Amino acid sequence: MNHIEEIKSELTQKFQRLDGFEFGNHFGNDVLEVPKDLILPLMKQLKDSGRFDFLMDLCGADYPERKQRFEVIYQLFNTRTFRRLRVKARVGENETIDSIISVWKGANWFERETYDMYGIVFKGHPFLRKILTHHHFKGHPLRKDYDPNLQQHCQDVMPIHFENDDVYTKDPNKNLVPLNIGPSHPATHGTLRVMVELEGETINRSNVELGFLHRCFEKMCETHFYNQVIPYTDRLNYCSAPMNNIGYAKAVEKMLGVEIPPKAQATRVILAELSRIIDHIVCIGANAVDLGALTGFFYLFGLREQVYSLFEKLCGARLTVSLLRIGGIANEPPKGWYEEVLRVNEEIKKGIDQIDRLLTNNKIWIERTRGVGGISVENAIQYGYTGPCLRAAGLGLDLRKADPYYGYDQLDFAIPTGTTGDCYDRYLVRLEEMKQSTRIIDQVARNVPSGDYIIRDKSIVLPEKKDVYGNIEGLMNHFMLVVKGIRPPKGEIYDATEAANGELGFFCVSDNGPKPYRLRARPPCFAIYQSFPELINGGLVADVIAVLGSLNLIAGELDR
Amino acid sequence: MSSSQFTPEIKTVDLEAQAQEFLKTAAFTTRLDDIIAWGRKNSLWPLPYGTACCGIELMSVMGPKYDLARFGAEVVRFSPRQSDLLIVAGTITEKMAPVLVHIYQQMLDPKYVISMGACASSGGFYRAYHVLQGIDKVVPVDVYIPGCPPSPEAVLDGVMLLQKMIENHDPRPWKDSWKVPQFLTQPQS
Repeated sequence: MNHIEEIKSELTQKFQRLDGFEFGNHFGNDVLEVPKDLILPLMKQLKDSGRFDFLMDLCGADYPERKQRFEVIYQLFNTRTFRRLRVKARVGENETIDSIISVWKGANWFERETYDMYGIVFKGHPFLRKILTHHHFKGHPLRKDYDPNLQQHCQDVMPIHFENDDVYTKDPNKNLVPLNIGPSHPATHGTLRVMVELEGETINRSNVELGFLHRCFEKMCETHFYNQVIPYTDRLNYCSAPMNNIGYAKAVEKMLGVEIPPKAQATRVILAELSRIIDHIVCIGANAVDLGALTGFFYLFGLREQVYSLFEKLCGARLTVSLLRIGGIANEPPKGWYEEVLRVNEEIKKGIDQIDRLLTNNKIWIERTRGVGGISVENAIQYGYTGPCLRAAGLGLDLRKADPYYGYDQLDFAIPTGTTGDCYDRYLVRLEEMKQSTRIIDQVARNVPSGDYIIRDKSIVLPEKKDVYGNIEGLMNHFMLVVKGIRPPKGEIYDATEAANGELGFFCVSDNGPKPYRLRARPPCFAIYQSFPELINGGLVADVIAVLGSLNLIAGELDR
Repeated sequence: MSSSQFTPEIKTVDLEAQAQEFLKTAAFTTRLDDIIAWGRKNSLWPLPYGTACCGIELMSVMGPKYDLARFGAEVVRFSPRQSDLLIVAGTITEKMAPVLVHIYQQMLDPKYVISMGACASSGGFYRAYHVLQGIDKVVPVDVYIPGCPPSPEAVLDGVMLLQKMIENHDPRPWKDSWKVPQFLTQPQS
């Protein structure tokens, strides 16, 4: 009995008649469509039976031609069997759907975002407000009838507010001080805003505001061809741009049903691990700077520069590389590039040891980070933590092991885990992950398979320039592909990779056109950040900065 | 001493010769505003308004390899009161625009603005509902640096261009005629 059959029989016992339930399989993903009124009991059942303990993503989609135009999509996951299920429910324009916050706390912000983008009302949500667009914004931008280029100006910044307290009023009987941090504050890295209420030095309650870097990634994807989306994915987590390219390209390739050549796979693994290293470098470096250790930043940025020059040799760009194409990588790596990777890898190993010596046993660093911002593994799962922050809490979930891709199962590397989930554990996990990544690079870059770097499918990949300018067939092929674009078959897919911050998933709906009908990025730090008030409440205001840095919040990915 | 008792002795002085003598020592002549401009251009204190990818690249500009300190602009200040060069590095969304104007208004004269990258200069490839289509819609910009993100060399070039502008006393009509944009002061209908 396969997975979907098991679920079917289990649900039959619970709900007797499965009226309106539709089981399906799209590109290898299990899908279950249910009537919207049953969503809450269904989620409760799936969670209580232990079948799915993790809400990976929650998003909406708009199909204006349908009678019930909206669809709410839930991506469920099991942290032990690594099985997935996509649950969908249709909602009409003036209808509501039950909120599932009572089942998973982490649904909170995802539901708010879906409300913001589509106007779908979640019944029972305690604080259903806009989250990404500004407070003067009218309409719901991801609806198909909203013009992508219709800007609405914002006149002012929202005053300090807390959940269920839109306009902050001071309690005259208590001596509480409101304090605003950000969005333009050196420790909030540009675009995060934290509001706290202090009782002496202790935080009484807190709130965060986001959306200061909401640059409409998902709407932009719907207006561009599949290959044109790659530069947009670069700018999700801009500290490790190639990783986002890989996540997106992998999803689309799976939809097209193609497998990329071994050389492209190996190169992607090298790029992914290099970007994991430079992402952790920024995280640790910036976290240390915020806590007063400026030296580490200069050491670490020296390493980053070396990785940048590797990227530069490969494609000419440093930060936002866009060097992937659907079907492989953009061009053949120059001669001697893999040897160069190995040389830089040795430098990185030395650099990591330096940082290890500088910070790991540093008394100030330990005092500032140990026991600060800790979270239990159950709570972390409730919120939807993935990546280093989840592993620091004690669950060794890593998609490179759980659901291996690109030959990760052939490689020898370990998954570090922590115990308390505090800032110091997060730092240790990241440090160890960097060391493991250098091991992976060593293994892969020494044995890069020969062969082509991209598939040669005329309907997916542009011909080489010498063919475009050299013969009529190449020219026509190029012309047709540029004009008509890649057209994946009709259907939808959710595919995920292990990015530097956690699970980066792409949910893509294709209507057999040249542009994605709907493209959703499941941002790892969005789920993590919503636990932030809980992490800092009761702590000191100085700890806010330590926790903020250790979560590695990248605004490009958080706000999209 | 009363003035009637004082009888000054009249001497002829060769001013020209004295001046020549003076110039042989360490002194040099200049105009006051020239020396002020020289001081300003070599001690720009930047406020790095990094919001997105360009902010990471700006870190590289400040970092060990490119080292903006060579141009006298290494004193990074996050307080607008202490800085005179606003480097806007990254996408400015509609939600962020009022914050940016607020920061700019808090800076003291003389103040300069560098728009780093395509997003800050024009909205870049985000022709989108929540992105401000160029920061020059809300603050006066002196130097635009193209690129997505610009290479650190390009940023250094932009800073040098600004230094040249300061040195040459280039007129800045965009700055002189700047007002807080209307859509930020009046609520939209």
